Amino acid sequence: MELKVNGSWRETPELPTVGALLTHLGVTHQAVGVLQNGQVVAREAFDREPLHDRDELEIVRFVGGG
Amino acid sequence: MTEQETAGMRPKELGSWSVGEYQFRSRLIVGTGKYATWEEMREAIHASGTELVTVAVRRVNIDKPDEPSLLEYVPKGVTLLPNTAGAHTAEEAVVTARLARAAGLGSLVKLEVIGDADLLWPDPVATYDATRLLVDDGFTVMVYTTPDPVLARRLAEAGAAAVMPLGSPIGSGQGVLDVSAVALIKARVGGVPVVVDAGIGSPADAALAIEAGADAVLINTAIAQARHPVQMAQAMRLAVEAAFLGRAAGRMPRRDRAAASSPEAGIVSAATKP
Repeated sequence: MELKVNGSWRETPELPTVGALLTHLGVTHQAVGVLQNGQVVAREAFDREPLHDRDELEIVRFVGGG
Repeated sequence: MTEQETAGMRPKELGSWSVGEYQFRSRLIVGTGKYATWEEMREAIHASGTELVTVAVRRVNIDKPDEPSLLEYVPKGVTLLPNTAGAHTAEEAVVTARLARAAGLGSLVKLEVIGDADLLWPDPVATYDATRLLVDDGFTVMVYTTPDPVLARRLAEAGAAAVMPLGSPIGSGQGVLDVSAVALIKARVGGVPVVVDAGIGSPADAALAIEAGADAVLINTAIAQARHPVQMAQAMRLAVEAAFLGRAAGRMPRRDRAAASSPEAGIVSAATKP
């Protein structure tokens, strides 16, 4: 499937959920935030929120800041 | 000095202050940006005595997904305050705040909506709009704002849990350019805590803000970019505590003329015979 992740389109295997994408990318499920097509995905919903071809996702974490 | 010794020496007059449901004894909030290393950041956080540190929300580097997390270097027991830095609209700020909450950081947020890229000056209109949206959504909102007494009052009325006027532009180290504004704001926000955020460059700047009536100060660059950040963190802590104790002690009134400290009577005569 084709997904836009953090600004770049990429080809991935068929992934059922947001949580499966995080695992595929090697991103921890802890302390990350996910925006799917402009909607915030609750952390508890990572493993049940379905992914669709052409979805646009932002995956964020916490970094140093003031 | 150990933590216990420090705690034992802490004067009770330093009291505590609250942001919504959160209560803090330290009146120093510290940023986590711009440190040379995370170890140094952790030591500076310890030395500052802070209980609240800001963090930013940014994209995961998909090419390096297993980079160590900043959060591993924040001491246990220190509350995290995610900011919305980088937002230029109310909508961007609201999404950033919701992402931080969804990531598990609770409902505390430092709202920052920038309206001028050179000055990193808050956009007052978008800041006010975002405050209302986030308060409605159940956030405890600490609002970075211009040092404007009327806007501060409006933000407090809109439900801001803290009003955070800038001292001078972010990262400029120019100090608190309008100290009198701090007192004017404090008198107009009906008990909402006032935090001077941005521009503090030295311990003296931090002390002036607290003496003027701020409940706390937020400092990042002045600590992180000092030649010795850990020592500067301790200096900021001492300055904030000294200023708060001094304010509580009640400063003497200013006078136009001198008033001798030594007795006027009994002054030795050194007149010599002609």
